[in-house]
Amino acid sequence: MKNILHHQAASCGDCAKLCCTKIEHFGVKAGSLVIFSDVNLHVHCGQLTALIGPNGAGKSTLLKAILGEVKHTGQLQYVDAKGKHTGHPIIGYVPQYLSFDVSAPTSVQDLFMACLTRKPVWFWPSKSLRPRIEKSLSRVRAEHLIDRRLGALSGGELQRVLLALALDPLPDLLLLDEPVSGVDQNGLELFYEIVAELRAQEDMAIILISHDLNMVARHADQVVLLDKGVICSGTPQEVFRDQRTKEIFGLLAGEEAERVAPVAAAAPEEAGRRRHPDDAMRGR
Amino acid sequence: MIEYISGFLGNLPFGWLHHTFMQHALLAVLLVTPLFGLLSTMVVSNRMAFFSDSLGHGAFTGIALGALLGAVSPLMSLIAFSVLFAFFITYIKHRSTASTDTIIGVFSSTAIAVGLMLMSYGGSFNKFSAFLIGDILSITVEDLQALLAVFVLVIVIWAWLFNQLLVLSLNQSFARSRGLKVFLTESLFAATLAVVVAISIQWVGLLIINALLVLPAAAACNVAANVKQYHCLSVLIAFCSGVIGLILAYYCNMAAGATIVVVSSLFFFITLAWRRND
Repeated sequence: MKNILHHQAASCGDCAKLCCTKIEHFGVKAGSLVIFSDVNLHVHCGQLTALIGPNGAGKSTLLKAILGEVKHTGQLQYVDAKGKHTGHPIIGYVPQYLSFDVSAPTSVQDLFMACLTRKPVWFWPSKSLRPRIEKSLSRVRAEHLIDRRLGALSGGELQRVLLALALDPLPDLLLLDEPVSGVDQNGLELFYEIVAELRAQEDMAIILISHDLNMVARHADQVVLLDKGVICSGTPQEVFRDQRTKEIFGLLAGEEAERVAPVAAAAPEEAGRRRHPDDAMRGR
Repeated sequence: MIEYISGFLGNLPFGWLHHTFMQHALLAVLLVTPLFGLLSTMVVSNRMAFFSDSLGHGAFTGIALGALLGAVSPLMSLIAFSVLFAFFITYIKHRSTASTDTIIGVFSSTAIAVGLMLMSYGGSFNKFSAFLIGDILSITVEDLQALLAVFVLVIVIWAWLFNQLLVLSLNQSFARSRGLKVFLTESLFAATLAVVVAISIQWVGLLIINALLVLPAAAACNVAANVKQYHCLSVLIAFCSGVIGLILAYYCNMAAGATIVVVSSLFFFITLAWRRND
């Protein structure tokens, strides 16, 4: 019931009576250079919003502005399901890359401990936290990685471990910055599968920067095309059919729209908002 | 208390421990090498070898300034200047868009040039040359008391700071998303490093002090699989190199600092051969 309520909200509609994060008039400047300006987004819980756009469009910067790391104009408002303004949401963040030394002897468990507790990792026994870490990792199907070194993980494994970290404590808003390189096709599909599960099971809003329009068409509730500002937004069909999307992404987006359109025609009630991961899998 | 402990050391059946200066030297080694072992883990994992090197150079200016001013105790002025220097580099690093290497390079060379300039003022450079290679005989009871205070302080800070540093070393935005204060954490770490460098420079020597901040962890890094092993091994290697180096230096009549560094570099090559393969 909760899910139905959340998912029936039009992706760009108002936030009344729904748990929702409002990004209002966001703008970021670096010196005199405008990275983006006047970005307005409403992100509902239980929905996946995909940010797409060319390189240098300001996608990662927008996430950093939401995190409060980059100075920005405008404000972030979070309204919980009862319509109360509860201040700042708990934000989980999965960065695009990590800048660590791959030979460093930091295990996945060490990283979790460092994030979850103030007790020094180098001294404190890890026994008490291990079940919690295993549980977190099993959520992203990575429990077998607990004793591996970070430097020995593949791109996809590392991304899943970071996702598990971002989910503990469970956030209201999950920000995912998709790595451009280092993740193979299988890893990517597994990652999207997990994200789709999260969207179905947990009551959180997800903002995802993606470079894979195919995956976006399959999983997103709302797509936002960003290039120095919001160019257009809406359901995947709406955005991929838009002339401006085609101009920016060329033929690729055109094909994408063609592929999504027949599905939309065949099953109108599921069009563009296939909310069950199994459906998404079947839709291939 | 220190007199009591060195008296106890003197009664041990080791010939080299019969001299008071060797008892003090051993105590200094026992107190400082574990700190180098701990701090070097982060220096190596964070690729901060160049930064820690510049701290030694900052300390050099601190020594010169302290001698020139002469108002407060040399050790105090040395520590104060090193900490300020460390804060300053961290601050500029945060504010500027230039590469970290460039900024550190600029400050490091400026500091050492200013230090040399001040030391050579009035043609009195010779009395400072001991700081270049270090002098283990120079350790006094007061120095040991200061070392003990620093030892306790660094252990406490390290217990409090390490988790945050580990998260920070992976990705700044990620660290911020977990509520970390990036600048505060970084400057505290820099200050801690600066204090340890400042207090050890007189007996290790400017030329090789950075080796002690790199080698123990570099050796441990070759074989460790997680943070606990990394710390244990790094501290153990620093500790063993310290004691073995000191004894060797005594019997062969060599500079203790240099001998300790050579022993720890041997540990590095041994672990390199043993390297984990994953």
